[in-house]
Amino acid sequence: MRNIFLFIGRYANLLLFVLLQAVSIYLIVSYSKYHQAAFGSVANVVTGGVNKKVNAVEYYFKLRTTNDSLLVANEKLYNELQKKDPTNDLVVLEKRDTLRIDSVVKYQTIQYFGAKVVANSVASQNNYVVLSGPAVKNFAAQMAVVDVNNSVVGKITEVNGNYAVVMSLLHKDSRISGRLLKTGETGTLIWDGKEPNILTLTGISKSVVVKVDDTIITSGFSTAFPAGLKLGKVSSIVKESETGNFKIMVKTDCNFYNLQYGYAIRNKEKDIIDQLINKQKTIE
Amino acid sequence: MSLLVKTILRFIIFIFLQVFVLDNILLHQLITPYLYFLFIIWLPFRTSRALLMLAAFTLGFTLDSFHHQPGFHTAACVLLAYLRPFLVSIFIPQKGGETNFESPSSKSMGGFIPYMTFVAVLTVFHHSWLFFLEAWQFGGFWYFIVKTFTSTLLSLVLILITEIIVVRKEKFLTNTV
Repeated sequence: MRNIFLFIGRYANLLLFVLLQAVSIYLIVSYSKYHQAAFGSVANVVTGGVNKKVNAVEYYFKLRTTNDSLLVANEKLYNELQKKDPTNDLVVLEKRDTLRIDSVVKYQTIQYFGAKVVANSVASQNNYVVLSGPAVKNFAAQMAVVDVNNSVVGKITEVNGNYAVVMSLLHKDSRISGRLLKTGETGTLIWDGKEPNILTLTGISKSVVVKVDDTIITSGFSTAFPAGLKLGKVSSIVKESETGNFKIMVKTDCNFYNLQYGYAIRNKEKDIIDQLINKQKTIE
Repeated sequence: MSLLVKTILRFIIFIFLQVFVLDNILLHQLITPYLYFLFIIWLPFRTSRALLMLAAFTLGFTLDSFHHQPGFHTAACVLLAYLRPFLVSIFIPQKGGETNFESPSSKSMGGFIPYMTFVAVLTVFHHSWLFFLEAWQFGGFWYFIVKTFTSTLLSLVLILITEIIVVRKEKFLTNTV
């Protein structure tokens, strides 16, 4: 027994060092696997508060660009309203939005909740956006987040009190099913971590005709993202020599450098669809 | 100003500078300057090793909380804190010289060049461990090599500028070893 205490006494620093390193590595491993680790809850409230204060100052300096983006968003909405063009790419959204469950109650499947962006990063390999505001109480994990122009920002990973943490498209674990608007082919949109605002669309066969500036929208295959949200535009196309697929570089429609507002999207059908899928799984 | 107040203020300033200024500098995805770990280097000589590591853990954890990905900076800072006493004893010109001055600086380490070498070695250790862990999670071999090299260079330039701008009063305490 005495020897054990002597050993601990002599190597106390080394043991503490090993212990602290083990804690850090445990945090890295566990957090990368499950995004809603318990870590976030306490830390979020503190960092969220500080971020909010700093953003209050920063926001003032970005008013001009924010106003411009709101003007563009408004202009677009007014045009949509005027057009009601059936060939419009937002047609899916519009139809579902005004679907009636019966003649009295208007049934809306998709609901938007606005919030203020209080923290945002693009420089890291794993980027997050933090939202804050009174509507955050309606947020839940796995909800999609779009910017003022209805372009995808990311997916909520964690909600805590007044703050919601969003895994942005610029995250190594972000996987979004994207569809080429023209041809209807779907692939997976990932970020290689090299350049902000540039994503990679994989899984598009070389037989498909793709051109630069083609629009990519969400496919609607996941319950989080309704179909038809804008993801970006094709910026360049590379032929992969080892596979039969294209590697398509996509410029995101959402400008991650200047993000001041976001909307979370609640899909009311999500629970029903998830229930059906789970039921199917248990049968199998 | 008491040492504790000074240390706490430094902690807040370094975290603030890192999160809201340096993390927003976008030179390239593979170049990220870090300055905050200077906090650990500036801690007094007489800080016990355990306390040094615990302070480093707190510093790293705070920064990680702002990045929403815990562990990376915590691990790198703890390594830096663990290695600091070894490197002090290697680089300090006079045996037992730690008692003459309060904390590591160009004055206490016997000149600007030995001090910067000491800082550079610590920076290399901090950055390589940090980017090694990052590469393990989401990068590759080249990510580790290139990012360690470029970021170390930039961090050292920033540290050099900080050391020139910030004048730390280093009183000669005693010459009894």
